[in-house]
Amino acid sequence: MIQVVKAIELHRVSFAYEDRLILEELSLTVGAGDFLAIVGPNGGGKTTLLRLLMGSLEPGQGEIKIFNQPPRKARRLIGYVPQQTVLDRDFPVTALEVVLMGRLAPNSLFPGYQKKDYTEAYAAMRAVGIETLADTRFGDLSGGQKQRTLIARALVSKPQLLLLDEPTASVDPAVAEDIYKLLARLNREVTIVLVSHDLGYVATHFRQVAYLNRRLTLYHPGGNGSGSSTDWFGDKSTVVRGG
Amino acid sequence: MGAFFAALLQYKFLQNAVMAGVLSSLACGVTGVYVVVKRITFISGGIAHAVLGGIGIAYYLGQDPLLGAALTALFSAVLLGLINLTARQHEDTIIGALWAVGMAVGIIFMALTPGYSVDLMSFLFGNILMVTEPVLWALFLLDLVILLVVAVFYRQFLLVCYDEEYARLRGLPVKTLYILLLALIALTVVILIKVVGLIMVIALLTLPAAVAGLFTHKLPRMMAVATGLSFLFILSGLALSYQLNLPSGATIVIMASIGYLAALAWRKLLPLARRRETTFKKLFP
Repeated sequence: MIQVVKAIELHRVSFAYEDRLILEELSLTVGAGDFLAIVGPNGGGKTTLLRLLMGSLEPGQGEIKIFNQPPRKARRLIGYVPQQTVLDRDFPVTALEVVLMGRLAPNSLFPGYQKKDYTEAYAAMRAVGIETLADTRFGDLSGGQKQRTLIARALVSKPQLLLLDEPTASVDPAVAEDIYKLLARLNREVTIVLVSHDLGYVATHFRQVAYLNRRLTLYHPGGNGSGSSTDWFGDKSTVVRGG
Repeated sequence: MGAFFAALLQYKFLQNAVMAGVLSSLACGVTGVYVVVKRITFISGGIAHAVLGGIGIAYYLGQDPLLGAALTALFSAVLLGLINLTARQHEDTIIGALWAVGMAVGIIFMALTPGYSVDLMSFLFGNILMVTEPVLWALFLLDLVILLVVAVFYRQFLLVCYDEEYARLRGLPVKTLYILLLALIALTVVILIKVVGLIMVIALLTLPAAVAGLFTHKLPRMMAVATGLSFLFILSGLALSYQLNLPSGATIVIMASIGYLAALAWRKLLPLARRRETTFKKLFP
């Protein structure tokens, strides 16, 4: 019998902030090597779901397993790419320093990184095509370059699961295309889950799509999507792109 | 200026003052950078003012006010750290409350202390000319603690200041690190009280680091530049106050503000004016 490795398993997960229900009874399985895009409106719970997967929030009900472990224990297997807008533009930090943060561990004391850390950081920057920007201040990079830097930071810790929060929200369509191409290439080695409100692009480019607005609906562009999910997708895909 | 430097060679109290300037520059140059990049000026101001409560209680109990200041500063740092991480929405209200309550407690205890002391003024507005040798040693020890902690946790502080969510994912103890950082700021506040007084602490904590931030985008370099600048502000303020017979703390703060405005004008206004000039020349050759 072939053992199929599961990257993510959600079993009836619910989460509420105070008495406001954000996520209701989510069940989901993501196999290792998959590429899942989760789309949905702002406030639909996308970022909350990512936080649950990273273990920085605990579900009110239900169970989450990342590679068969609770999220907190699986943290070292996860690479995370936040929305670039949450980071302070004026912060005095270079692209290289941001990437090196991915090599940091709780026992990394005193200022210096090891030679191996630098080697890995430069390798990751080469992999995403920003090796010439190492000494540029992060805040001075373009939207696409920032996104690549953050992806490099996530890659440098050798993750098996890559989580991305709105990777194309602050870039123009041509750059978004490049970033999706880069992710498709990276997907040969890591499982990728991204959240986005960019429905149109996601509908045409991904094997697996889920729609999240408090509840989760799975949709497979290839065929067997359930009736309700094809409805919303057919209706809204033309409207939302770039919005 | 000549008279100041002649007096400096002659008088012990001026030498002590300059030494106190060096020691406090180290503290505010290093932790001030964190205050500026993490944008926690208001929290730092809250800690600085709450400290008066501890000073008042220490007076009342007949203890060393510096000890009272240090304990209250650390207590406020832990309290505000916990509040920041649990009740984020009401953080500014709570800081404001702590700010005022600390001062109120201090004033009440000072009033209750028999034989009202004029020293209150030196805590509010600082008096670098009254620094004695034991105080210098205390400042030196506080500096040592601050520099050591920053050296050990340098990379972790950087990540916590920059991106808390990612720091959590990397398994860093974000809460502990944040409270530790606030504790360092609290210790710096205690040091600076001797120099500029608790009301003006914020100026030395933020202005040198802000000026440094205009000229470099590397954190360690920013710390070095901020340290040098704060010493420059303190020394020039001290000399000027000696020459013109003005209060030293206030003069130091004025020097720091002038430095900040000049740097801001140089880095932001000058390029703007130049651009205007070239556009004008292009349009009307």
